[in-house]
Formats: sequence, C-alpha cells, structure tokens
Amino acid sequence: MDAERITEKLNILADAAKYDVSCASSGSKRKNENKGLGNASNGICHSYTEDGRCVSLLKILLTNHCIFDCAYCVSRKNNDIKRAAFTVQEVVDLTINFYRRNYIEGLFLSSGIFKDADHTMERLVRVAKKLRTEHKFNGYIHLKSIPGASNELMHEAGLYADRLSVNLEMPTEAGLKLLAPDKNRQDMINPMNFLKNEIILRTEEKKLFKKAPLFAPAGQSTQVIIGATPESDQQVLQSANYFYKNFNLKRVYYSGYVPVLADSRLPALHTAVPMVRENRLYQADWLMRFYGFHVNEIVNSEQPLLDLDIDPKLAWAIRNMQAFPVDINKADLQMILRVPGIGMLSAQKIIGARKFAGVGWEQLKKIGVAVNRARYFIVCKSNEFERRDLTGNNIKQFILAGSQSKYIKHTQTQLNLF
Amino acid sequence: MYTLVYDGTFEGLLTAVFEIYERKLFHVKLIKGQWRSSAMFEEILQVITDEDRAGRVLKGLRKKLSAAGIQRLYIAHMAEMENEENAIVGFIRYVFDTDQNVEEDYGNKYVMRISEIIKMVRREKHRMEAFVRFQKLKDETFYSAVEPDFNVLPLLIRHFKSRYADQKWIIYDIKRGYGLYYDLHDTQYISLDFSEVDKSANLIAAFSEDECIYQHLWKNYFTSVNIVARKNNKLHLRHIPRRYWKHLTEKI
Repeated sequence: MDAERITEKLNILADAAKYDVSCASSGSKRKNENKGLGNASNGICHSYTEDGRCVSLLKILLTNHCIFDCAYCVSRKNNDIKRAAFTVQEVVDLTINFYRRNYIEGLFLSSGIFKDADHTMERLVRVAKKLRTEHKFNGYIHLKSIPGASNELMHEAGLYADRLSVNLEMPTEAGLKLLAPDKNRQDMINPMNFLKNEIILRTEEKKLFKKAPLFAPAGQSTQVIIGATPESDQQVLQSANYFYKNFNLKRVYYSGYVPVLADSRLPALHTAVPMVRENRLYQADWLMRFYGFHVNEIVNSEQPLLDLDIDPKLAWAIRNMQAFPVDINKADLQMILRVPGIGMLSAQKIIGARKFAGVGWEQLKKIGVAVNRARYFIVCKSNEFERRDLTGNNIKQFILAGSQSKYIKHTQTQLNLF
Repeated sequence: MYTLVYDGTFEGLLTAVFEIYERKLFHVKLIKGQWRSSAMFEEILQVITDEDRAGRVLKGLRKKLSAAGIQRLYIAHMAEMENEENAIVGFIRYVFDTDQNVEEDYGNKYVMRISEIIKMVRREKHRMEAFVRFQKLKDETFYSAVEPDFNVLPLLIRHFKSRYADQKWIIYDIKRGYGLYYDLHDTQYISLDFSEVDKSANLIAAFSEDECIYQHLWKNYFTSVNIVARKNNKLHLRHIPRRYWKHLTEKI
C-alpha cells in the first residue's frame, strides 16, 4: 500500500464529503450471525470533531470528479480543486481496518457523478457488495442514491446497505433550479419512491419468511441546505413534513450553508453559518416526529419563521397560553410533552412517579425537569404556582432574562457599548 | 447510629441488609473495607458475608422487583462508586417496606438516586463502547487500554464479543488493573504485569506492520472532516472530556 498516496486521497475525499451532515449509525438491526466482523444496531459516536459534530462513520466520496456544476458544492465541475478517486478495494480496506480498531461504526459512501448516474451507482454498490460478501462485514453501510440511477441498481443497493439517502439539496424546486441547473427534482424523487415501495414490500416479506434478506433496514434519509436560498422556515418544514409523510423517511437533515464558493447567486464568502436557525429547525423536526406536534402548529402563514431567541416548543406555548396551566399530576402524556422544559424522559418519569404519590417541585427538579421554564406552565403538588396573570410575551422576557443562552451573547455585546 | 463494615461484594451487601432486619437496626451506615477501631459513641458491626443469608435477601427482592430491576441494582453496586452503598441499602429497604413494586416511584429519593447511578454507569459504558481504540499487535491481537470512571468492563463483554467475533482482542482497565481477553471463543478476565517493561516503547515494538499507517490515516481523517467555520470547542469538550484523550488515537 502506498501510504502517502492513500493519505492524500483520504484527505481530499473526506474533506469533500464533510458537508453531508448525516451521521446516524442507528436504526439498523444487522446482527453478527456469521462469525464475521461487526454488527449494526444502536449507533455509536466514536469521536467528535472540534466543531462538535460526531464522527460515527467513515464518510468519504468515492471520487470528487463531477460532471455537474451545482453552485453550493465544493466539488462542482468548474471549481479549481484537486481531484482524486478511490478504487473499490481501497475503500474496502480502509473501512475494514478502521472498523477493526473501533474507530467507526461503518461506511458512509457518496460520490461525485462521473460519466453518468448508473456508472456511479454501480461503483458504490460494488463497494458495499464486496464488504458484505467477501469480508463478512456486518457494520453499518450508508450509500447515497445517485439521482437518476436505475431501479435494478437501487434494488441491489438496498440488499447491501443499511440506509440509503438522496439529498434534496434545496427545500424547494425553485431553489434547486437556481443553484443546480443540471439537477432535477424528479430524478431525486424517483429512486426515493422506488426504495420506499421496495422497503414496504420487503418488510412484509420478512414478516412471512424470517430468512428473507434484510432490505435497507435503517430506511432512507435526506438533506436540505439551509440559508443558501431564501426559503422561509415554513417552506423548509412543510417540505420536510411532506417527505416524512409520503416517503417514510427516517430523517431529514438540515445543513446550514457553509460559504465555500464565491457566486453571485449565493451568500457571500465569510457569511456566518446559520447555526442557530439550523438548531431551531432540528428542534422543530423533533417536535413533529416525537412530540405529536403538527407542522402547522410550529410554523404557519402567520408565523412563517421560527423564533431564533427561544425554542419552538416554548414559542408554541406562549402563543397558546389558553392550553395552560397543565396539572402534571393529572394531564395525559401528550399534554405533559407539550410543556416547555419537560422532555420525553422526564415526562415518562412523571407518569411513573405520580402513580405512587403526587409530584411536587423538588421531585420535578430531581427528575430532570427545567423548572425555571416549566414553572410558568404547570401546577403540581404544591401551594406554590405562578399566580400572576402573565402574557406570553412577559414569560418570554422572564425566561430570556433568567437563562444564559449561548446564542444571546452576540446581541449583548452590542448593548454593552452604551 | 450503627456502622456496618462489609467486604465490598454484592453478597456482602445483601448480607448486611439481612443483619439490618434481623437486628432491627434503624439508623445505619454501610461502609466498605476492613474493621477499624471505633470512634466514640459509635457502634460498629463487622458483616461476615454469608451466601445463605444473601440468597434469602435476593429471593425476597425477586418477589418484589422485576428481573431488570434486580439487574440494575447489581450494576449500580458493581460500578464501585464511592459511598453509594447507602443509597443501595436505602433502596432495598424501601422495596421491602412497601407492598407494591416501587421501581417507577421516582418521587422517592432512593429510587431516584439508583436511577441516577444507573444513568451515569450506562453513559460510561457507552463511552467505552465508543472510545476504545484497538491497536493491532504482531500476533494479530487487538489491544486497547482504558481508564473508565466506574467499573464497567463486565458490562462491555456482550457488545465487544458480538461485534469483534473474528479477531482476538484485549480491553485493559489500567486504573483497576484487570482486563478482558477474547480468544475467538470466549472472554476471560486477565491481569497483565507491566512493571518490568517500559510500556509505551514495548507496545510500539509489538505493533503489527500496518498499525502505524492506519493510526496515521485515522488522525488525518479526523482533521479533514472538521469544518473550521463551525468551530465549537465547548461542545467538543462536552462530548469528549479531556480525561479520555490520552487513550484516543486521534487526540494524542
């Protein structure tokens, strides 16, 4: 092995892949039944980069040669950068050797489009096939579905990969047309739709025949870039909701645009990455998937943007003061989950604890509830509760004043000048 | 106030619970270790671990707790956290003194404390599943040194055994002086003698040929995937606290 050459390729092709934020290695159920190498189940983050993101998979491009010219992408055709390509065997060796040392949970393989969609997809599938069949590798494999790839190849991909994803890139079709004129949305949706139906079919089959092979057990995901085009949060979340509902996606990732290229269609270089907005979108996404919120409760035509100062659950609560206070010793789980400052685990603990005795403030604190937020919205076993008739806006001010948000400090530096 | 001294084993702890009920003790403190001369106004009892008595307490617990509940108790004790015996004994007494199953009674301080302990232990176990870094030795064994906050090695067996079924591996807890060794069939506990040799120099000499290359590649990969424009050191440190760095290939 030419260590120097491999190192150079790895640097180029890892660097080019890092803007794909999907990092999940969970949701699969591949066991190590053949005395081979590895398994994929709950997902482990093996390390964290200095930007605080998790490193779970060996995330690389097979090549950064690309025939497309998408404005937001470092690997665009007209960008003057070093190009490289791995051979199938090189990717296999790296994956196996990293995995054996417990560096990673598996492989995330994407690629620039060389020649055409099927050629690229075929090469990705070949890596996965080799890992599974020749090396008895049962670790996690995430493959990109290349837009425009044929159904036969997508089917084969599903047999070897745990998860597949197509990046929608832009939240709306108009955004895509503007920045990626070579791509079209239908090409992205076709493989997604094919896989959705195939996954449903294979799951049915698996119920009948236990021996039926796994088919993309960790499902599909996608990614949209935030802040490169002027879509509102309402458009972003409604599009996410549409894909969750219609394509059974496991995850939609929101990637704050990192300005890497100068282009008049894009935010200027050195524009700050919209990290707060990205964070709020993920919070909203969680509310939709786990907390029983409908997308219209979070954003709608009157509230097309998420409040950057406070999280979307608190924002919903102060817009809907008529729903509070909630008696946490009586309310059902769904309602407790809507209280700001109470998360999934705390809510379940409250339900457990109140079977024995009424729950008071001290116990709520112990259970892990953020009482400083929740106190405005609940009553519990105590004579103390919020008696003032506060408006939603009052509460927002109180909570902001009482909390040291990591985001507020930027606005405060301005105030301090006076 | 009585102080009970026990030998640190789970059976010993259960025996102590037996003594508490047999002697009808009320205010009790349990400590691990050897019998020491007593301070004034303090009564000290040496608990002699007795399998029969421990077994009877366990049988009683089985009637009132789920299997998972007993497992949690065992894990909480095995973690060897300082001075947490009293929370465990408190929990057991609460179990015996209440008619229903109290596992979900999070309003009770002992139940809550056990739940916190379990959470800490689980997190440490999960960290070890993530932070173990194997180094391939010449004899094809994959070796890793760790220093977990709590005693979690026994909890790691199942994960590593099913994951790395086709390679020999050692995970060694330097702090507690023992390790796990998997020989392609079974795992066993081992202890290594590092005293005579200069550890690091010898280990590098024992590396397989490609070990250094892959360590180098991994470090490079780790640097390449970082996005400088998004630097967030606070978050970075929250995820990998400094005390773990010395065994992490990418952070050395």
